[in-house]
Amino acid sequence: MSTQTDTAEEPLLRITDLAVDYRANGRDWTPAVRGASLQVQPGEFVSLVGESGSGKTTLVQGALGLLPAAARIRSGAISYSGVDVTGWNDRRMALVRGNYVGFIPQDPNTSLNPVKKIGQQVIEAVRFNESKEGNAAAHRDAALESLRTAGLAEAERVFGQYPHELSGGMKQRALIAIALAGKPKLILADEPTSALDVTVQKVILDHLVHLREELGIGILLVTHDLGVALDRSDRILVMQGGAIVEEGPVDRVLEHADDPYTRRLLDAAPARHAGRLQPTAGERPIHWQTPIVLRANDLAKTYRLRGRGPKRELRALDGVDLAVRKGTTHAIVGESGAGKSTLASILVGFNAPDAGTVHVGEQRLTGLRHRELREVRRHLQFVFQNPFTSLDPRYTVGKLVAEPLRAFGLLPAKRERRARVVELLEAVALDESYIDRLPSQLSGGQRQRVAIARAIALNPEVLVLDEAVSALDVSVQAQILQLLVDLQAEFGLSYVFVTHDLGVVRLIADDVTVMKDGAVVETGPAERVLSAPGHDYTRELLAAVPGARLTATVR
Amino acid sequence: MTLKQLLDKPVAGDSPIEATPSAVTTRRGHRFGELVRQPILLASWLIVLVAIGWALFPDLFTSYSPYDGDAGASFAPPSAEHWFGTDRLGRDLYARCVFGARTTLTATLLAVLIAFGVGSVIGLVAGYFGRIVDSVAMRVVDVFLAIPSLLLAMVVVSVLGYSTNNIALAVGVSSIASFARVMRAEVLTVVGQDYVKAAYGLGVGRFATMVRHVVPNSLNSVIALAAVEFGMAVLAVASLGFLGYGAPPPEPEWGLLVAEGRDYVAVHPWTATLPGIALALVVIATHRISTSLRKERRR
Repeated sequence: MSTQTDTAEEPLLRITDLAVDYRANGRDWTPAVRGASLQVQPGEFVSLVGESGSGKTTLVQGALGLLPAAARIRSGAISYSGVDVTGWNDRRMALVRGNYVGFIPQDPNTSLNPVKKIGQQVIEAVRFNESKEGNAAAHRDAALESLRTAGLAEAERVFGQYPHELSGGMKQRALIAIALAGKPKLILADEPTSALDVTVQKVILDHLVHLREELGIGILLVTHDLGVALDRSDRILVMQGGAIVEEGPVDRVLEHADDPYTRRLLDAAPARHAGRLQPTAGERPIHWQTPIVLRANDLAKTYRLRGRGPKRELRALDGVDLAVRKGTTHAIVGESGAGKSTLASILVGFNAPDAGTVHVGEQRLTGLRHRELREVRRHLQFVFQNPFTSLDPRYTVGKLVAEPLRAFGLLPAKRERRARVVELLEAVALDESYIDRLPSQLSGGQRQRVAIARAIALNPEVLVLDEAVSALDVSVQAQILQLLVDLQAEFGLSYVFVTHDLGVVRLIADDVTVMKDGAVVETGPAERVLSAPGHDYTRELLAAVPGARLTATVR
Repeated sequence: MTLKQLLDKPVAGDSPIEATPSAVTTRRGHRFGELVRQPILLASWLIVLVAIGWALFPDLFTSYSPYDGDAGASFAPPSAEHWFGTDRLGRDLYARCVFGARTTLTATLLAVLIAFGVGSVIGLVAGYFGRIVDSVAMRVVDVFLAIPSLLLAMVVVSVLGYSTNNIALAVGVSSIASFARVMRAEVLTVVGQDYVKAAYGLGVGRFATMVRHVVPNSLNSVIALAAVEFGMAVLAVASLGFLGYGAPPPEPEWGLLVAEGRDYVAVHPWTATLPGIALALVVIATHRISTSLRKERRR
C-alpha cells in the first residue's frame, strides 16, 4: 500500500459547495442540501450533527454516489484524496466505495441479507474489493480477519451464523466488518448506533474510536445525537436546513458556538439541564405523602415463542411491582427487551397479565370485562411512541381531539364540543387554526401534541407515556417535555413515563424504576437513583449515556 | 493499490452532472395531459362512457326499436342505415346492442355490488373478530374459491331459475370470496395500526372503532378490486346469457345477441361478430381503466 501518494496533502474526503435537489411534484425541485462543504483528514473523527430533515443523510449519500433516483446533484464537487469523482457513473463509483471509503448503514436489523450467512456477506465484500484474483481460502481468512477487527471475538462462530441469530450490536459489528473488508482509508457511518441500546452504543462507538487510532483511518459520523458527537469527535459540523451552520473543534463549539441554532441545540440536550424541569407558570405542588394513584403488584407475563423445535418461552415480566404517587412522574427505564413496553400495555389494560394485579385508585383494573374497562379508561390514558402511526390519517385534528368526548357521549352540543376541542388544543400550545388539518399536514411534534390533547380530553388522573418523545428531534423533544411538566402542574396529572433515555428521565421524573430482563432492578426517588445508584446495572446504564462533555459544561 | 491507480481505469458512460434534468422534469404533467398522452387509456374511457350512455339513455343513440323488425330487410349487411346490419327478423342489431347494454350492465353492476357488499362484510368480520370466526369464514371462502366461478354461477342460476336478476345474483355470489379475502387482509393490517389501539385506549367501543377507523381505512384496496371485477363480471354475465341462462329471447342482451347470431355467422358474419366485438371492447376497456386506477393509488 502506497499511502503517501494519496494522503500527502489532500484530505481523504473533500466536499465543496455541494447542492442536492429532490424532485417534489413532477417538475419542481426542492433543495435538500444547499452548498455544503466539508473535509475529513486522515486519522480524524468528524461528526455531522443535525435534526431530521437537515439533509445530513443526503449529503453522505451524495458523497458516496448513492443518491436515490429522485435526487440530483445540482452543483458542487466531491473529491477523494484530490481525485474529483463528481459526476462519475455508478460502475466507476463502485470502485471507490469499499476500496477507499467504507459505509456503515443506519439500521443493522435491515441492512444485512437475512438469507445469507454473515461469513458469505463479508467474503462478498472482500472479493469485490480485491485488486487481484484470489482464492477462496484467502478470502475466508481475510473475512475472518475483518470480523475480528470489527470487534467480534468469536469470529469463527459468527462467520457461520445467519443475521437473525445475532443481537443488534453484533449485527452492527458485522456491518462494520463489511465496511472494513475493502481496507478503506475512510469510513462514513450514518447513525450507526441509533437503533441500538445505550450500553451497546457505547461499545460500538468505543470500537470506532479504537479503529481510528489503530488503523489511522478517517471517520465521518452522521448523528442526530449531539452528546455522541461531542463525546467522540475531534471536530463537529452542525447542519440545518441543508446548510452547514457551524463548524469547529469540539471544545470551541462547546464553549462559544457562533450559530444561534447550534446554541439552541446545545441547550435542548437533556444533559444540559442539572435537575428536573420546572413548570413555566405556577408552582408544582409536591406532597411527599401523596396517595398512590396507580399500583401494580407482582405482575408476570410469559410469551410463548413460536417456531420449530422445543417450545420456548420468554418471560417478559417477572414479579414486577410499581407504585405511582399522585401528581408525580414515575419513569420506567430499561433497554430493549427489558419488558417496559409490556408493563405499560398491561398498566392500561391493552394486555392481561398472567399473574398479579393493577389498581387505579381503589378500582382493580386486571380481570375487568371490556365494558367496565372502558369506564376505567376515563381516568387512565395512553400516549404512543410514534405520532406518525397513532393518529388515523383520515381524521382531522378537530375530529381526533373530539373522539374521546364522543366516545363517552360528553358535550353532545356541537358548539360546546368545539369549544372544548379548542381549549384542549390551546392547552397543548396549538390553536384553532389547526382544527381542520389532517395529520399528514403536521410535523412530528405537532402530531404528538394532538395525541396528548386527546389523552387529556377526559381529564384523566394518570397518563401512561410509552417512549412518547423518542421519535422526536431533540429541540422538539424539549418542547414536549416542557409541555408535559406544565400540564402536570396545571391539572395535577400523574405520569408513567416509559423510556430508554436516561437523559430524559433526569428532566422529568420524580421516581425511577429500572428494569432488566423483565424484572425490576432498582426503584426509588429519581435524585437518589441517578446520583447514587444502588445496582451495578443502573451504574452501567448511567455510564453509557452519551453527553458527558455536555454535563461537564452545565451552567 | 492506490486510489489513483484504481481510478485511472477508464469506464464507459461517465457523464457530466447536469446532463439530464430538463428531460426528466417534463415527464409528468397534470392528469388530463397524462390522459391525452395515453391514447389507449383515453379510448378506454370513451368506450366505457359510450356503453354507460347506451345503458342510461338508449333512445338518444338509436331511433330503431330493438324488438320490431322489418321482415323484408332480414340479414341486411352493415350500412349507413343499419350500422351493425340486421338479424333474422330484420331487427336493427345496433339498436339491440344499445338496448342490450342496459340489461347486461345493470346485471353486472348488481353482481359487483353484491360481491362487494357481502364480501367486504365477511372479510371485515373475519379480520376484525379473528379466532374461530376467522377460521370458519375463511374455510368457507376457501371452498368457494375452489369451485370455478362460472360453474358456481351456473349452479346458482339453475337452482334459482333463469332470469337476468338471478344471473346477477349468481355472478355476484361467485366472486364474494375474492372480495372477502382482500378485505380480510386489509382489515388485519389496519387493526395492527397504532391508531386503532389508540382508539380503544381512549375508550371508543369495539364496534365504533370498527366503523369509524377500520372500515374507512380498509376499503381502498377493495374498491380497486371492484374495478377489476367489473370487467370480469361483464364477461360472466354475457357468458351466462350466451348459454341461455338469462333473459328469454326477444329481450336484447349481449351474450344472447352473440348466441342468436352464432347460427348464421358463417353466411352473415356481422350477426355474431359485431355484438361480440362491442362486448370485448367494453371488457378490455374496463380492465385498462382499473389498471390505471391501481397505479394511481400506488403513487
